[in-house]
Amino acid sequence: MRRYSVFAIAREAMRYHEGWERAWPAPTPKPRYDVIVVGAGGHGLATAYYLGKNFGITNVAVIEKGWLGGGNTGRNTTIIRSNYLQDPSSAIYEKARSLYEGLSRDLNYNVMFSPRGLLMLAQTEHEVRGYKRTVNANDLQGIETRWIGPQEVKDLVPMINLHGPRYPVLGALLQERGGTARHDAVAWGYARGCAAMGMHILQNCEVTAIRSENGQVSEVETTRGTIGCKKLAIVVAGHSSVMAEKAGFRLPVESMALQALVSEPIKPMIDVVVMANTVHGYLSQSDKGELVIGGGTDGFVNYSQRGSWQHVEETIRALIETFPPISRLRMLRQWGGIVDMTGDRSPILSKTPVGNIFINCGWGTGGFKAIPGSGWAMAELVANGEPGPLAADFGLERFREGRFIDESVAAGVAH
Amino acid sequence: MTRRITRLDRGGRLIDRARDITFCFDGRRIPAHPGDTLASALLGAGHVLQGRSFKYHRPRGPVAAGAEEPNALVTLGGRARMEPDLRTTTTEAFDGAEARSQNRWPGLGLDLLAINDRLSAFMPAGFYYKTFMAGRSWEKLFEPIIRRSAGLGPAPTEADPDSYEQAYAFADVIIVGGGVAGLAAALEHGRAGARVWVLEQTPHWGGRAVVDAEADGATIDGLAPEAWVKAALAELEALPNVTLRTRMLAAGLHDHAHLIALESVADTTPGADLPRQRLWRMRAGKVIVAAGALERPLSFPGNDRPGVMLASAVRDYIVNWAVSPGKRIVILTNNDDAYRTALVALDAGIAIPAILDLRKTPNGPLVQAVRDRGVRILPGHSIAKVLGSKQVKGIALCRHESRGEAWLERIPCDAVAMSGGWSPTVHLWSHCGGKLAWDTEAAFFAPDPDKPPLGADGKAMAQCVGAAAGALRLDACLASAMSAAPQVETPAEEPIQPVWVTPAEAGPHLRAKMWLDFQNDVKVSDIQLAAREGYQSVEHAKRYTTLGMATDQGKLSNINGLAILSQALDQPIPATGTTTFRPPYTPIGFGAIAGEARGEIFQPLRRTAMDAWHEDQGAHWEPVGQWRRPYCYPGKAEPHSAAIEREVLAVRNSVGMLDASTLGKIIVKGPDAGRFLDMIYTNMMSTLAVGKCRYGLMCSENGFLMDDGVVARLSEDTWLCHTTTGGAEAIHAHMEDWLQCEWWDWKVWTANVTEAYAQVAVAGPNARKVLEALGGVDVSREALPHMSWTAGPLGGFDARIYRISFSGELGFEIAVPTSQGMALWSRLLEAGKAFDIRPYGTEALHVLRAEKGFIMIGDETDGTVIPQDLGLNWALSKKKADFLGKRAHQRSFMASPDRWKLVGLESLDGSVIPECAIAPAPGENANRQRNTQGRITSSYYSPTLKRGIAMGLVHNGPDRMGEEIIFNADGKEVTARIVSPVFYDPKGEKLDV
Amino acid sequence: MLRLTCPHCGVTAEETELTPGGEAHLRRAGPDATDAEFESYLFARKNPKGVVFERWRHAHGCGKWFIAARHSVSWQVFGTYPAQTTEPPADLIETIRAAIPTWEGWQ
Repeated sequence: MRRYSVFAIAREAMRYHEGWERAWPAPTPKPRYDVIVVGAGGHGLATAYYLGKNFGITNVAVIEKGWLGGGNTGRNTTIIRSNYLQDPSSAIYEKARSLYEGLSRDLNYNVMFSPRGLLMLAQTEHEVRGYKRTVNANDLQGIETRWIGPQEVKDLVPMINLHGPRYPVLGALLQERGGTARHDAVAWGYARGCAAMGMHILQNCEVTAIRSENGQVSEVETTRGTIGCKKLAIVVAGHSSVMAEKAGFRLPVESMALQALVSEPIKPMIDVVVMANTVHGYLSQSDKGELVIGGGTDGFVNYSQRGSWQHVEETIRALIETFPPISRLRMLRQWGGIVDMTGDRSPILSKTPVGNIFINCGWGTGGFKAIPGSGWAMAELVANGEPGPLAADFGLERFREGRFIDESVAAGVAH
Repeated sequence: MTRRITRLDRGGRLIDRARDITFCFDGRRIPAHPGDTLASALLGAGHVLQGRSFKYHRPRGPVAAGAEEPNALVTLGGRARMEPDLRTTTTEAFDGAEARSQNRWPGLGLDLLAINDRLSAFMPAGFYYKTFMAGRSWEKLFEPIIRRSAGLGPAPTEADPDSYEQAYAFADVIIVGGGVAGLAAALEHGRAGARVWVLEQTPHWGGRAVVDAEADGATIDGLAPEAWVKAALAELEALPNVTLRTRMLAAGLHDHAHLIALESVADTTPGADLPRQRLWRMRAGKVIVAAGALERPLSFPGNDRPGVMLASAVRDYIVNWAVSPGKRIVILTNNDDAYRTALVALDAGIAIPAILDLRKTPNGPLVQAVRDRGVRILPGHSIAKVLGSKQVKGIALCRHESRGEAWLERIPCDAVAMSGGWSPTVHLWSHCGGKLAWDTEAAFFAPDPDKPPLGADGKAMAQCVGAAAGALRLDACLASAMSAAPQVETPAEEPIQPVWVTPAEAGPHLRAKMWLDFQNDVKVSDIQLAAREGYQSVEHAKRYTTLGMATDQGKLSNINGLAILSQALDQPIPATGTTTFRPPYTPIGFGAIAGEARGEIFQPLRRTAMDAWHEDQGAHWEPVGQWRRPYCYPGKAEPHSAAIEREVLAVRNSVGMLDASTLGKIIVKGPDAGRFLDMIYTNMMSTLAVGKCRYGLMCSENGFLMDDGVVARLSEDTWLCHTTTGGAEAIHAHMEDWLQCEWWDWKVWTANVTEAYAQVAVAGPNARKVLEALGGVDVSREALPHMSWTAGPLGGFDARIYRISFSGELGFEIAVPTSQGMALWSRLLEAGKAFDIRPYGTEALHVLRAEKGFIMIGDETDGTVIPQDLGLNWALSKKKADFLGKRAHQRSFMASPDRWKLVGLESLDGSVIPECAIAPAPGENANRQRNTQGRITSSYYSPTLKRGIAMGLVHNGPDRMGEEIIFNADGKEVTARIVSPVFYDPKGEKLDV
Repeated sequence: MLRLTCPHCGVTAEETELTPGGEAHLRRAGPDATDAEFESYLFARKNPKGVVFERWRHAHGCGKWFIAARHSVSWQVFGTYPAQTTEPPADLIETIRAAIPTWEGWQ
């Protein structure tokens, strides 16, 4: 792999950039791999990358039914944070966030991690308590967050209306090293990193059947032929139930659409990422100048990535209420992403009823921020056959034991 | 730059030449006529330069005359009405409008950021992925620079003073597009009696046909299209079942034929007492897309220079607005349609020095007509370079089949009209899943009628007609829209020759000067770079280069870009496919999307019968669900803490009153009501005696505490269930869910009567005296013991009185019909004067209950807490075979003795432990996080005990009474002693008086 | 935003007037259920990319629960019926089979 650098760009500029090589090749599938990762989204590619980097397992294929990074990796609002309440969540999200800090250099691909600061607004007394509790938990978890008052919120976000008639801003949970990254670049950077280790990324390769005997998978049938494997990792957000059914088990997952939209680009308007959970809206401004806005989730099973309308209205209303100047901006584009919602809204990194199949799913609306940590923990699970400490609490067995990881706690219940 | 007045002496079918208006552009006064767009008026005043590109800040003029415009974007209006990124080509000029150019510094003519253009060799597609990685250089240095230079218009800083409204409409057929195809479809369906809406995004009917006929003399039923349109409109206007709307954009087609449309109401009259825009949510039996087609640019070196325009746009400016984009216009085309532009230009007295036709032997009737007028037609020729920078000054001629390095001639001109063919406007068709098919002969993607977007019934919910269906010629266009199509006379046309790059053999240097996405500065070379580097999926190429991601969303660039990608990958265009078409068709304002729901009416506000009184008393409000409740009643300059202390002490020492109307009240009635409540509550409700009250807990089927409240048995078959304020609707829905979907054969009825009753809690040692002062039903200790209720007259009110207490004091809750709530409140205040009665708010309520060790749903519970955690095992019936949550509690983690359990906590120094503090335990877990052993769930200053009190969940807490543990909060440590959670009156003597 | 016709009151209601209630025809596992049965009842979901049977309440309307048979990709609605049943009506099953011959059935 030829390294990227400013010198490489200068050299290529002299010959009209005709000398760049492929970021990842398009190989022909081998008959057999040590590990097949199904799903070349961020999580799948990161799983493969850390299998190679941390465990030296490089006879790996990442197979993808469409184009790599084309699922939720390429259609989210790119927020990165680790200010979670529960220990298992904050551990894996903070692992991810800390890996993001050095990811561009690690991958030699600028993923534009931008720790511009992330605010979660408290607009009810209940949220105040929930976020203060989170700050205290984060302190013990080794995560830097703090509670700030309304004036400091205003200093960070001058356009905010602190005194909305319904939901005044009472303060916020601030994570200064939270922020955003360029979502496509995360997938592309990992893909290039995997390819550099000799792994195969097989696009336009859909799994049509999973063949197993005696509780062990031996091969998968794909639209590009039958491929054998010693271990199979299923990392297909939005299609987890479909793939699990091919492997013969059901998941505590429902697939639903999450709505997002962007505005037309404008000059800098908001420097930090803001989440307003009481009114269900969050926004940040991309490096291109667009406001990137995330909204609600449908409450029903939906595999269509088409944008729905009522969530757009709800989200925009909520945001205008808190950020009045955005009223005269315009929506450029809206879309939906399919997210896997689990029974406790926390992810699954787990062994499965089939001995050598491992599954990573259920990230709900929060998958992008977890990619490096999820890949790291998943690689450990696949390589060792047992979860390491990051994945230990995210096993499927928790649903049987009643041992949930519930992050909605911070939002609480109104009294 | 010299300004040339280019308004033609006559013509201009859309402008009212008799009236003059003026607007400002960058401080200059621009003359215009009603009917002008900003673009037409600016061109008419000689201002071709109207914008700067996003990345390289190249000077740009309008390339189009409609919604597809990528270049000519301005900021309109000032201060609170400032709106960035508006296309001059679709913004109507109005008297006094203020427009400013954007994305330039210091000015449009001299933009210092155009330095980027000089550096463009170092800034190809995706260059930023390959550098800026050292240390924190990205976040500290490069990203801030990029952010400052990115973006287009300035960000608004003030609240929007305008209002917006929303409307619904239902139709059998909604027709999108008011050109001849749309009007023909409207006649077809309107005559048949269907409810029809016709939506036209511009202020004018007729679309392209009326302009094109100026060139080719086409007729419909022997009429000029303009006259046919007029007649069609007259007929449609007379039909009561047809609604015609101009200035109404069909923005998006969603599932189940849900069409979102935006109507401009008062955009040109800022400050008028009208909603500025109206957002329509429409449901259609069928949507007919008659949105026409978009002309494609050609990719040749320098095709982005101001003065290079689409041939159809040149025609539009001449015919519609009597504006000549140039005095000498060179035309570059690969099809016959561009010759129409030559014809209207010649008629307007504009010189056409040459027509460069990429085809070898163009010879159709339109070509012949132009040739007959003496115009030089150069088949197989192209443009090697566009001369001039801020305005076209000429072109360098070359052969199309060449590398473009041999200039045959320089042809002076001040505009170039280009036509690369047309693409049907398929956006709405595609928004909701309609598929496209590549038409090789016509060289465009057209809707595949066999794969339409499907409605709820599984049948097609949309249909394309006219040019949107690929029927570009007028005769085919009308035939596709109407079963009895009118007679059309229109000239024949020869086939287009698809050309995606010209000159055909251009080297990398020239390909880097061929723009595809004008706004985002994506060139042919960038797409080829993406293909070379493996970004070969159309979505990868788009995202890597930003092709089609500008504010025009690729209307001009997408087809050209994917054709070039296909060439680079050596695969047919259909194999490459298109990117996804997403709503909206053109951007729509957030203000209109939000509609009326802003400020005070952002969300419904629920108010109790006593709300006005609370307001009058200066209550500090707290939102609880959609209700608002008094948090406390501070006096003038009194801090909240003092008010709360005063309110608490009033209850402890004498008497206080609380507006408890928001508490949920659900009637459960019927022969099986007791059996039902035994399933819903964890404790036994069927055995409750009539006249008695019982505190009940509800768990979800997953075992977690959901809600609590006092249940009163009103009669043999009727119970009244109180819920938390926020829980009323959810709990009622929960009950209905189980009744309707699981136990639907049980005879039970429920009713949520929360709003039917006003309820006042009267609490304190003097509470009974206040009630007795009102007179009426016997509320003595004997007649109405704790946890019972009675009904009867009280001070003349028809009241139900519950003897219950959430404060630990003698307490009554009095319920009356809501209409009498305020009267009751006043009477209680009056009667309580003798005892110095005080209203208290939710915070005092919290303090009072915490002193007494009562749990609060949402404080002690958070969705992960089960009754056992709170020491509420007594409320879990052992006798019942089943209740919701029972099975869940048997699971290993819930039955574990290691769960954190409720205790009271006192700081050793008497201070208030910070709420939400967490108690660390020795050591760390496997993820290097500190272990924990408990957390604070409620913490208050107790005015009664004059010290801080708290409740919390602590590992093995109840077994560790008296032990000291350290809590961590806000970076500080507080040592607390584990005690009973009941701080006040542990024996309950105050209650039973 | 989808629209469904409430089989109780006959109103064709917007999604905003309805409350979704998840997979239909789950069999409640009571106190005697095994851990596996109970887990399956509460959490395991078919979640098909195809025909879903899902519960809806006409919450801002007649208040009644009903079940819709809908395609989770195309959003085609095959029918709605009252929730007071343990299995889909036979004629609806016929309708779906006619529309999708390869349909694997509702269970």
